[in-house]
Amino acid sequence: MSDNNQPSVIKCESVFKIFGNNAKRLLENSSGNVDAKTFQDAGCIVGVNNASFDVKKGEMLVVMGLSGSGKSTLLRCISRLTEATSGKIFIDGDDLLTMNNKELIELRRNKMGMVFQNFALLPHKTVLENIAFPLQIKGTNTNESIAKAMEMVELVGLKGRENYFPRELSGGQQQRVGIARSLAVEPDIWFLDEPFSALDPLIRKEMQDEFLRLQGVLKKTIMFVTHDFDEALRLADRIAIMKDGIIEQLDTPDNIVLNPATEYVKKFTEDVPREKVLKIESIMDPIDSNASSNIEISKDAIIETLAESILNSKEILKVVDANKNNEIVGSLDPAKVIKVLFGK
Amino acid sequence: MLNNFKKSKPQQFSFLILIFLFLYFIVPEDENSLLWRLPPLLKDIPAFINYLLDNLMFNWLTIPVYDPDWGMYEDQAIVRLITRSISDFLLFLIIFIREFFLGGMQTISSLTGDSLKGLKLAYLPAIPWTAVIMGLFILGYKLQGLSLALIASLGFFYVSVFGQWEPTMETLSLVLVTAPICFILGLFFGILGYLSKKVETTLQPILNVAQTMPHFSYLVPIIVFFGVGDHAGAVATIIFATPPMIRLTILGLRKISPEIVESGLMSGCNRFQLLFRVLIPTARRDILIGVNQVIMQCLAMTTIAAFIGAKGLGFNLKVALNGLKIGKAAEIGICVVIIAVVLDKLSLAWANKQKDYFANLSFFQRNKAFVYFLFLTLILGIIAYFSASYFEEGINFLYLIPFGKGLTIAPLLDAGVDWIWETFFYYLNIFNKFLITYVLFVMRDAYLGMPVVSTFFLIMGAGYIIGGIRSCLIVGGLILFIALSEYWNRALITAYMATFAVGISAINGIIVGSLCARNEISTKIILSICDFFQTFPSFIYLIPVILLFGITDTSVMIAAIAYASVPATRYTVEGLRSVPPSLHDAGSMSGVSNLQRWISIEFPLALPHIMLGLNQTVIFALMMIVLGALIGTEDLGQIIMGSLSRPGGAGIGFTLGIFVSFICLAVDNLIRTWTDERKKLLGIS
Repeated sequence: MSDNNQPSVIKCESVFKIFGNNAKRLLENSSGNVDAKTFQDAGCIVGVNNASFDVKKGEMLVVMGLSGSGKSTLLRCISRLTEATSGKIFIDGDDLLTMNNKELIELRRNKMGMVFQNFALLPHKTVLENIAFPLQIKGTNTNESIAKAMEMVELVGLKGRENYFPRELSGGQQQRVGIARSLAVEPDIWFLDEPFSALDPLIRKEMQDEFLRLQGVLKKTIMFVTHDFDEALRLADRIAIMKDGIIEQLDTPDNIVLNPATEYVKKFTEDVPREKVLKIESIMDPIDSNASSNIEISKDAIIETLAESILNSKEILKVVDANKNNEIVGSLDPAKVIKVLFGK
Repeated sequence: MLNNFKKSKPQQFSFLILIFLFLYFIVPEDENSLLWRLPPLLKDIPAFINYLLDNLMFNWLTIPVYDPDWGMYEDQAIVRLITRSISDFLLFLIIFIREFFLGGMQTISSLTGDSLKGLKLAYLPAIPWTAVIMGLFILGYKLQGLSLALIASLGFFYVSVFGQWEPTMETLSLVLVTAPICFILGLFFGILGYLSKKVETTLQPILNVAQTMPHFSYLVPIIVFFGVGDHAGAVATIIFATPPMIRLTILGLRKISPEIVESGLMSGCNRFQLLFRVLIPTARRDILIGVNQVIMQCLAMTTIAAFIGAKGLGFNLKVALNGLKIGKAAEIGICVVIIAVVLDKLSLAWANKQKDYFANLSFFQRNKAFVYFLFLTLILGIIAYFSASYFEEGINFLYLIPFGKGLTIAPLLDAGVDWIWETFFYYLNIFNKFLITYVLFVMRDAYLGMPVVSTFFLIMGAGYIIGGIRSCLIVGGLILFIALSEYWNRALITAYMATFAVGISAINGIIVGSLCARNEISTKIILSICDFFQTFPSFIYLIPVILLFGITDTSVMIAAIAYASVPATRYTVEGLRSVPPSLHDAGSMSGVSNLQRWISIEFPLALPHIMLGLNQTVIFALMMIVLGALIGTEDLGQIIMGSLSRPGGAGIGFTLGIFVSFICLAVDNLIRTWTDERKKLLGIS
């Protein structure tokens, strides 16, 4: 979970990515004020437009946007699969963009893992060999890498299928292999590029649950790209919503739903079933001495789970923090709940 | 009015043809007029090439070399030394493989020197043919299953029993030496082309020319560099068969999804690891399809390499054809077809076979097939050893059936041919005479009577209408090169034959293809027929036509039409089958009849693909027409053919080969430009 005291693992300072022949020169002339239209007329396409943010240790940042919004490009800039046109990117405080090829390979071999939309498994290797691949590339000896890969197979629940080829697996199983492979080197930073988009809705839900379970155990620093707003709400600690290369809003799911920063973001939030997304904490009031009900509710609970008892209560409820020995941290008026859920 | 004209291509084309006809009839036949024929300004090119070759081979960069026979130093050109050592190397490999199949003593004596010469022990025994057939059975079974095992083993059984084992193994030894070299070279250049855009843009035009040059024009310069013999045949084969491998390697590597490359990079691969552990294994199938192409091209070229002294089936075929022994030629032809089919099926099965998991198997289980093969070879070897005394006349039929000692159906075939001649001669002759006097000669005279100015107006005008000024200049430039040579009239004859053959082939292909594309089963049948006819070397097509029409232009035309109809049919079927089913449904719901559906839905959508087929048809037809020089035509091919045996023929042969290639490239440019634009318009990628 996000915590401001944690150090930032990924840090971006006004990152630009512009595709086209003289992108660099055009960018210098524009002095940081990039207008997609003018660039398009000059034959350039703006991929990422002035992105600045950081991701704390153990935090999951979900980058959400429709196709062509630059979300995958942003992810590829940070994994340096594409070179950013300008700006600075720091990984654990080290400047990513000035690293030479050798340092970059070292970084990828030890600190980064990535999961791809269409799985990107090697067709000629078995499940086990695919998972062991990053280890073998790194130079780990065969026995050790196979043992480690076997651990990963068990972690993602594919035991018994380790000698299958990718072509013999379903989409969901293939993505489990992709996930296991990206985790084999025990990276600190985990990139996921629309990992569940190619899957059926039911499998997708199952994989999201599985993913949350894994993250509960592993606590990696995550950048997760998706075009699915519901998925973003479900998984994220914070969400960055992108449009035309610009980050429109970067905030917690609750804040995005309650206070969309732009008209564009608002369009996504309008149809969201708020009771399924919002936590008690995000709508509670300060401690109220009049809180007469003896029902105590946890500030981290999703509204939906407590809706019945809240709405049945005529009195103001006490909100407690389960992490701090049930200390009272606020109050909640049922009338306000109704207003937040059903009002405009 | 003018605006309308600018938009309507049919109107532009009609206008173009009108002017063409006007010029055609208005310009008088006058050898001194520039409008009638251009002066042969480039006629010295062949001599210049000869001069270059001579210098390269004898004068350029000489170094002194010790000659043990004369006991003195002699200046030798470095190029000559290089080509000579390449020749020696190839020759050693060829002989080694040949003696593996046929037995002999050259391999061992070349390794040990003269000391063992004459010793009986220095003889490398052949592997018994029965063992080879067992090996093919096991290989076929392992690659695909029983059916392939039977095809492979029975095919070679036939070859052996009919006494063609020796020439077949000679041909096969050439293929087995050249194909791996082509594979390595092709893979190497393919990878370079994939890695660097610069290399690819340099390779592309070279590959284009290489793949459209007639087989023969490769042969002549090779004689200059490598002399005559099996090694020269091998060099010709390597040069001819490597381009498709390069192309397919580049294509296969480019086809890999960017995510796979990224996953490799994110796994921390360096460049080498990425190439050898991610990219090449992922592109395995495309690369192996390249190997299939290489093998087939090698086989085609090794038969033609007979003209520069390569031994094998091609050589026997050439001799039989020269002596007009049709039955014998047909028999050899059947063997070539069988070998082609077997090699094609085996290599395709290898490409399509997916890797199995075997890490949990023991060494024996993993190599079971090979162990069986060794075991069977041992047993069959022992049988062959003891059966030697059983057979008379010193021929051991269980070891090796010598050439001409097997069964033969040649007399039967000859009798059949005689019967056909006696029964149908009258009709065939009438048809033949009619075609030659009333169609071919008329057309030829029409082409020869074409003033150069009208030819250029037509070609460049078509280029301009189709692809703008760029296409106009490219096409014009390519043809100008030919017009400025001494051989313009010959080129016109080649062009007339090609036009005729392509026209008929296209009509054939489109009709047959459209009919067969109607349903699933006939589609499958016609595609496998196309596969079959594309498998064997073009050379083979000449045998049945000579049989029917003797040595005339008609024979060449019919061979060319038969050969060139194959791509026309295939592309028509593929094009029509690729029309999305939703459009069929949409058509049906609008109540179209079958014919209406074909005219207004299927054909327009399939046309771009069909045109690509036409492109192939042109290349195929030209190849066959040039090859037709073998049985006598008077076009470019005849001179290319003749240059094989003429001193200083290298320059002429090579130049004319380039001409044929330029004709192909001009057509290719027009068709490709048109198809690309059309595809963009229709929204098919």
